[in-house]
Amino acid sequence: MIPRETVGKLRARFGDAIQNHVEFRGEVTVSVAREKIAGICGFLKTECGFDMLTDLAGVDNYGDDPRYEVDYLLYSFAHKSRLRLKVGLPEDDMVVDSVTSVWRGADWHEREAFDMFGIRFCGHPNLKRILMWDGYPHHPLRKDFPLAGIPAELPETAIDAGKVERAPMLGGPFVPTIGTRSSVLREPRQVDTVVENIERLKNPKKKEQV
Amino acid sequence: MATQHATELIESAARARDAMDDGLRGERMIINMGPSHPSTHGVLRLVLELDGEEIVNVWPDIGYLHRGDEKIAENITYTQFIPYTDRLDYIAPFANNVAYAYAVEKLCGIDVPTRCQYIRVICAELARISSHLLSTGCFGMDVGAMTVFLYTFREREKIHDLCELICGARFTTSYTRVGGLANDVPADLLPMLRKFLKEFPATLDEVDKLLTRNKIFIERTREIGVLTKTDAIDLGVTGPILRGSGVEWDIRKAHPYGGYENFNFDIPVGTVGDCFDRYLVRMEEMRQSVRILQQAADNMPGGPWNSSDAKILLPKKKAVLTKMEELIHQFINVTEGINAPPGEVYFSAENPKGELGFYIISKGGGAPHRLKIRAPSFVNLQAVPVISRGHMISDLVAILASIDFVMGECDR
Repeated sequence: MIPRETVGKLRARFGDAIQNHVEFRGEVTVSVAREKIAGICGFLKTECGFDMLTDLAGVDNYGDDPRYEVDYLLYSFAHKSRLRLKVGLPEDDMVVDSVTSVWRGADWHEREAFDMFGIRFCGHPNLKRILMWDGYPHHPLRKDFPLAGIPAELPETAIDAGKVERAPMLGGPFVPTIGTRSSVLREPRQVDTVVENIERLKNPKKKEQV
Repeated sequence: MATQHATELIESAARARDAMDDGLRGERMIINMGPSHPSTHGVLRLVLELDGEEIVNVWPDIGYLHRGDEKIAENITYTQFIPYTDRLDYIAPFANNVAYAYAVEKLCGIDVPTRCQYIRVICAELARISSHLLSTGCFGMDVGAMTVFLYTFREREKIHDLCELICGARFTTSYTRVGGLANDVPADLLPMLRKFLKEFPATLDEVDKLLTRNKIFIERTREIGVLTKTDAIDLGVTGPILRGSGVEWDIRKAHPYGGYENFNFDIPVGTVGDCFDRYLVRMEEMRQSVRILQQAADNMPGGPWNSSDAKILLPKKKAVLTKMEELIHQFINVTEGINAPPGEVYFSAENPKGELGFYIISKGGGAPHRLKIRAPSFVNLQAVPVISRGHMISDLVAILASIDFVMGECDR
């Protein structure tokens, strides 16, 4: 069975960094040292054929030590098998190396774990909130965050904050102001009807008679 | 004379180059697309960096439909979460129900009867056809082929009728239960399903005629948004997008679940990985789903449709009101939920949009400690910046339509 062989390979290569492995319902979970995660992921991708990161999940084991963990769900197309890695993060030092350099697809997953749990991924190219808005003060999936939520101020809109210009309405290029020429004259789209339109504008009564 | 002419040409070329560097290449413009925009199908917001009409970069901005499903799941029982799964990929609620039920059943180590598996296959494949019909119809409409939308939505209406027959709801089905189904299918489902399977391929052929060799449609989708095999795997995309890029991988074949190993069907794959290939893959998948449905209708077994374990499913109402043991089971099941064993499981199903996975961490008891939803749309949307650079804004519309995302499951 491929996942078990892989655990053997990992132990041979990384030694003590591979802490323990459990099997439940045919799925293998390997706990690894947090410092080695990027190296282990790189090794698994290049040497063991785990070419896809299916998912990455932050977990809050409130009351345990270490409190947080990050679970990596890997998939190998060659062997058609899955493997799960696990790293523990203590509450006072919630940093782990990013695996975006191994799988580009880790980008959003890591941002989500940061957003929901406040886990920081060292080396992530763009670590900012993804589901909640920038500047939101809490991490909602932590166990000490209440289900009902905590009231938070909504961010200013970009227009109110003066970051962007409001589209010109009155007096702008797209809106005719009172007293200017009619749009028919300013934007003659159909050349053959322009003359006719001008005629009609000049002599409205004459047109009605016809 | 000739030398003078050549010198003039060189000078003119240099002037043109300087002009390009100075002014014509122009400043980059950042514009906003969405969150309510007809081609962002829901509430996706894109920040575009443009050079003229050419896309230099795209930053998808998601989260407008974030409802905290994962947080809610930790606070309610496994069964209570089923209606929330309807609202993930709300184009194909049946498929989500089925995937979630199998995930919890894997955690609890429950097997469901064959009849239940067959009914679930019917549900999942109807959902696939329904989702792909919407995808194809909207794809056509987004690139200017309005008629297709009307054809595909007429067929979707028939699928909704079948949904109503199966579970009473047309859209938010909540049909599966852990260990079985809410109810058995009525006797007149199979005749109605057969009627649908007879009529549907004709419409599919019409859609095929309207789009597959339509010059405008081809011009808008060929060689647009090409996603290579390596990029697809690196980004983790799944479903028709991965198959469109030429990777023959379908969870129904690679890791058969729920009796899919008993069905004959093929996996279509693309060759180029452009928008057109993704469209073709979806069209063929609908045909394959028809094959699966045909087999399910022909071989539908009788017998029980629910797990016999009284600790998992609610007992019969009559027994609850007359017998002590059933009353206790009912009471415990409703108040405390299923007593799931501690452990971690990941179960994924081949949903219309891709791999929908539920990663459940249980510490025992009726509610999960953590329920991570691996939503295909969330992962697939990461491919948008990669495949749209260098294209025009109007191509982005085709790319988004070919990705076929649903923000309900992306934002959860």
